[in-house]
Amino acid sequence: MILKSFESQSMRAARNAIFQILLLIFVTLPAFAMNLDVADFTLANGMEVVVIPDHRAPVVTHMVWYRVGSADEVSGKSGLAHFLEHLMFKGTAKHPFGEFDHLVDVNGGEGNAFTTRDYTAYFQRIASDRLPLVMELEADRMQNLVLTDANVLPELQVVREERRMRTENDPSALLAEQIDAAMYTAHPYGKPVIGWMSEVAKLTRDDAFAFYQAHYTPANAILVVAGDATPEQVKALAEKFYGPLKNTFTPAPRFRTAEPDPIAARRVIMTDARASSPIFQRSYLGPSYATAPGHEALALDLLSDILGSGTQSRFYKGLVVEQKVASSIGAWYTGDNLDSGTFGVYGVPNSGVDVGKVEAAVDVILADVLKNGVTQSELDRVRNKSLAEQVYLLDDQVSLSRMVGVALMTGLTVKDLLNRDVETAKVTPDEIRQAAAKIIQLKRSVTGVLLPEAPVQN
Amino acid sequence: MNAHLLRLMFACFAAVLFLQPARAIEIKEVTSPGGIKAWLVESKTIPLIAMDFSFEGGSTSDSIGKEGTANFITGMLDEGAGDMTGEQFQSRRDELAIKIGFDSGSDQFEGTLQTLSKNKDAAFSLLKAALTAPHFESDAMERVRQQFLAAARDQEQDPDRIASAAWMKLALPGQLYSRASNGTSASIATITPDDLKAMHKLLFSRKGLKVSVVGDIDVVTLGKALDEIFGDLPDTDPPKPVVAAIVAKGPIVKIIDRDIPQSVIVFGQQGILRNDPDFIPAFVMSHILGGGGFASRLTTEVREKRGLTYGVGYNLAPLRHVGLYVGSVSTRNEKVSEALAVVKDVLKTMAADGPTPAELQDAKTFLTGSYALRFDSDDKIASQLLGIQQEHLGIDYVNTRNARIEALTLDQLKTQARRLIDSDHLIVTVVGKPEGLKSTGIGG
Repeated sequence: MILKSFESQSMRAARNAIFQILLLIFVTLPAFAMNLDVADFTLANGMEVVVIPDHRAPVVTHMVWYRVGSADEVSGKSGLAHFLEHLMFKGTAKHPFGEFDHLVDVNGGEGNAFTTRDYTAYFQRIASDRLPLVMELEADRMQNLVLTDANVLPELQVVREERRMRTENDPSALLAEQIDAAMYTAHPYGKPVIGWMSEVAKLTRDDAFAFYQAHYTPANAILVVAGDATPEQVKALAEKFYGPLKNTFTPAPRFRTAEPDPIAARRVIMTDARASSPIFQRSYLGPSYATAPGHEALALDLLSDILGSGTQSRFYKGLVVEQKVASSIGAWYTGDNLDSGTFGVYGVPNSGVDVGKVEAAVDVILADVLKNGVTQSELDRVRNKSLAEQVYLLDDQVSLSRMVGVALMTGLTVKDLLNRDVETAKVTPDEIRQAAAKIIQLKRSVTGVLLPEAPVQN
Repeated sequence: MNAHLLRLMFACFAAVLFLQPARAIEIKEVTSPGGIKAWLVESKTIPLIAMDFSFEGGSTSDSIGKEGTANFITGMLDEGAGDMTGEQFQSRRDELAIKIGFDSGSDQFEGTLQTLSKNKDAAFSLLKAALTAPHFESDAMERVRQQFLAAARDQEQDPDRIASAAWMKLALPGQLYSRASNGTSASIATITPDDLKAMHKLLFSRKGLKVSVVGDIDVVTLGKALDEIFGDLPDTDPPKPVVAAIVAKGPIVKIIDRDIPQSVIVFGQQGILRNDPDFIPAFVMSHILGGGGFASRLTTEVREKRGLTYGVGYNLAPLRHVGLYVGSVSTRNEKVSEALAVVKDVLKTMAADGPTPAELQDAKTFLTGSYALRFDSDDKIASQLLGIQQEHLGIDYVNTRNARIEALTLDQLKTQARRLIDSDHLIVTVVGKPEGLKSTGIGG
């Protein structure tokens, strides 16, 4: 559960809590890609298309991704990318408000959208013979969105309610937001995707429309179709519906202020009476898959599994089983970003145990990794498990399309993704030790501590 | 919502939406040499096997003061079983990428197994050990207890959980269902190894066992596997908890003060059981009123037109022994009265007039059209087939469901709207600092 709050992602829709939970279960990039049956081509207007055939059921997943996220917002307009995502459902001249959802609905489809720091995506799952319908709708709103104060203003209230629900009612989400804000001194990854409430409250119809005009065009989008459709069918339909769209601008390279090399360890201590347990977590600024040299990103991914994934992991064995100081532990590497990634660790102390003991025990294990590295058998264990996990992915067309879309949105190619298992097989314990030595340094980190009540002042 | 309630609501959702998939799914009823039955869909495309199964009984079988016992077992079955220590079990499971999980509902204890078909023998023997010979060793138990205590503390602070738990207590006062199904900090602290052993003996029986399997396995192999995995379990009668079927009547408003910017509201009243003869028209009516899809009346009025919330829903939640009709909405504290007034107004209109012909037609096309989305992976099919078995809907249900929805008339839905919606007698719980609203109607 705690890991969910690290996902810098916000989603529209979700009428009820049930739906929200299901949608949040979407996996982030798995460590490895399969030898997938994938077709990849580009339309004349520059819109890239990826097809992942799966003919077991007469269903398709249709996703359109835009190369724009919260890190592309100008200063002072945080939350704008996500706000526009909501507004994309407000209708066009051809399909006025309500018709998009209604047509998807009455055709037995389901749809939604999500925004992250680097991309915004819209998707529908629907019977495969309705693929033309969702393409027509999606192509239409790429260029013909109509926004008025009447349809924009109530939605701004909806987004503010979403922020209250996801963030302000949840102390661990607030802590995660504070850690990000402390991590980035210059780069826009420090802003929450949903935006700061003070800035969200001031967003306008004109802000949203200008953002739409600046970022939504075919050359800035990709299409991913997974399921019961052949590449030839998808190509013909994509050329029919997306092909005629003219680019209204030429997408420029995405420029974000570079984050200077970190030089100071930071601590964020938050006290909130609503917290049920203290939490310790620490993030280190590192590379993303797109920016990492050599095997560094893969090495960090594998290291996070060795340290914090499952009951065989070092943290679990050390903190939960042997020292009995923590009830849950974890480690993660988030590399599916355009500009930089983070390596992180966390732990929740057992009741009555000081959260400082968890931090100290984590530090002992990290120091050991830095000094002695990891063993070949540890590496083999997590690597073999991850490779086997690939097969499960094949059973899930939504996760597959999402994996491909995320890769393309964060500076990778389909080829990079498909080669990842080959490269993974080559990672050595020494590469892991080197990656750890480079990234796991306190000066690169923000340590966050959530406390249910203020510590006693002596 | 409390996880338990959520799960049940979702289970209902899933169970109701089984509609004939356009691809022919051939469901075979397999009986093992030892007499254990399972439903099987063979599917060789991907070298995986998914198995879902359930035993009768769950948190309603927890003793008073020992709430969370059934749930505690879900965390202990991989902590040492048969001739394996917990570490041996887990490392064997993990190195072969076998997934084994357990979940305790109020009336059912469910399990799931997923494995690469090449590892099936190892997977089946691990599962057999977990089900038939768990150790419940005390050191592991203390470790797992800490995890459940942390989860319970989380729930006790979570506004959604607080609101739904309070709602259950008002709706079903003193009933087994209104207890904390995952336990409280206090009850989890008292659970002993003997409690777990007794609960294990009570729940894990071949009588009432339901199994569904999808994937790369044939009838003969599955038959042998069923005997291997489940054959050593006893054939004792499942527990029969005493549960009243009546939900308390409102109007009741209970405010639970919490210093949060957004109030969480749970509202509802008596619903119906899944085996009610009119469940399907009632379900379709409730889908139109407050179910999934952006087109529900509640979403349109509360979210789209007024911007009062990010999410609102109102759904039938049939538990095994009592039917509930429960919704939730969250909104900023100053808008709680307004949001509630809109909800009540929407309910009242539906009760008086029922759905429109267009709404019924749209609901039919959505519900019949979206059937296939629930059958597009082996994993999902296994879960769907288990739900059909649990609700005793019959092996032909997948093929008859569409026609039953198509045949519904507007009058049937209007009758259900009148029967089930009573906006003047809702039970409402609010967690937050709602402005201009007072607790009312709470006796004693």
